[in-house]
Amino acid sequence: MDYSSSNLFVQMGEWLANPDNWSGSRGIPMRIIEHLGYVGLTMLFAMLIAVPLGMYVGHTGKGRVLIVSGIGILRALPTLGMVFLFALLFSRGVLPAVWALVLLAVPPVLSGVYSGIASVNSTVVDAARSMGLTEWQILSRVEVPNGLQVMLGGVRAGVLQVVATATVVAYAKADGLGVFLVEGTQVNDNGRLFGGAVVIAVVAVAVDGIMALLQRFAISPGLRAARPAARSEKESGRQEAVASAQGGTT
Amino acid sequence: MDWLRDIIDYVPANIDQLRELTGNHLVQAILPIIFGVLLAVPLAQLARQNRSLAGIMLTGSSILYTIPSLAMFVFLPLILGTSILSMVNVVVALTIYAIALLMRSTVDALNSIDDGVRQAAVAMGYRPLRRFLTVDLPLSVPVLIAGVRVISVTNIATVSVGALIGVPSLGRLFTDGLTRNYPEQIAVGIIFTLLLALVLDLLLVLLERLLTPWTRPTKASEADDVALDARTVAA
Repeated sequence: MDYSSSNLFVQMGEWLANPDNWSGSRGIPMRIIEHLGYVGLTMLFAMLIAVPLGMYVGHTGKGRVLIVSGIGILRALPTLGMVFLFALLFSRGVLPAVWALVLLAVPPVLSGVYSGIASVNSTVVDAARSMGLTEWQILSRVEVPNGLQVMLGGVRAGVLQVVATATVVAYAKADGLGVFLVEGTQVNDNGRLFGGAVVIAVVAVAVDGIMALLQRFAISPGLRAARPAARSEKESGRQEAVASAQGGTT
Repeated sequence: MDWLRDIIDYVPANIDQLRELTGNHLVQAILPIIFGVLLAVPLAQLARQNRSLAGIMLTGSSILYTIPSLAMFVFLPLILGTSILSMVNVVVALTIYAIALLMRSTVDALNSIDDGVRQAAVAMGYRPLRRFLTVDLPLSVPVLIAGVRVISVTNIATVSVGALIGVPSLGRLFTDGLTRNYPEQIAVGIIFTLLLALVLDLLLVLLERLLTPWTRPTKASEADDVALDARTVAA
């Protein structure tokens, strides 16, 4: 692509403004859909694994040490290496990349679900038990609604990491938003390189914003009304801190 | 089990390269931790004293935290004027993430200190700076270290990503391994990365023991340690 100036900011702007880059199977919208497809598929698998496991451990308290150390080891795993290793060992297809990303998404979701359930005040749980609720009812009607905000904080941290890291998939298999960075470097097209980086950053911030809204609206109205305004503000600040600490972009 | 032999043989055959890449990797992972702590603590104290500033800083840092590292590694040379292959970009990017993460937890840690302790220090004649350095700061060390442990693990993993744009680190083993179709090389990179993360984490646990002698576990409190570990993961 030809640019009118050698200034990198100008090239970035021209690449982003060029309508050719906004259409077709190699255009920005299609790449965003591919990227979000990876994120959706990864989160689906990660939640199928992490949500039941986190609920079980949070509710029963069994296996706590095991999952805490498991989470620690998974967190240390370099996702870039796992994506490339799976690409070589299995195939350069969609699923090996998704499995590598699932390893990244499980720790934040699992620790969010587990600590959300475990953080519910034990007197509340005991009160429910003494009223004759079964263990399953306690989990679904008491622990999940009360721990939901922390649980969603974990999911949000997971989504954020997967959105960020799915860019590396482009180096093994040419899809997703990382493609603009790969191509930009290969053909020395700085407009595409920096423009692509802008698109990645905007998508990440937008997705995180949507997750923040979901987190806010998914809270049981009973919990929202019960707290005085000042205190709930402080609480959500604390939980956001929990959520942000669970993260770490890649 | 040929692949296992290949992995084991790879290490002595490439020891010089591994040593160099590990060194680069450690520099890029550890410097941001040090800079992050040095910057986040004063910023957190500033944020506590000025509420409107706190809002701006916390929102700003959480937006920066959201920007993916690969995009950040590409942007920073443009802003800093550094070469795209420079380790400075990775160090600056990871420092930004470290500040974003630490500032929040440090504000919470400083806020959670018992007011009675502070007033006792004031009553003993401590001036604000000395009180901050000798009372507030040591008491928030456990929270600070918990944050630093999260950062150190994620940094060790994230530094590899720099290899995609050519910054030298253990991530080079991943990019090389992919282009040469050599999974054993990637496996060596993953194992080395895991070991680095483990060693660094153990050192941080030791550091916490050294800095907080008053929390040294007695037999009775050992059971609480498990609970503390659980919270460390959650926080």
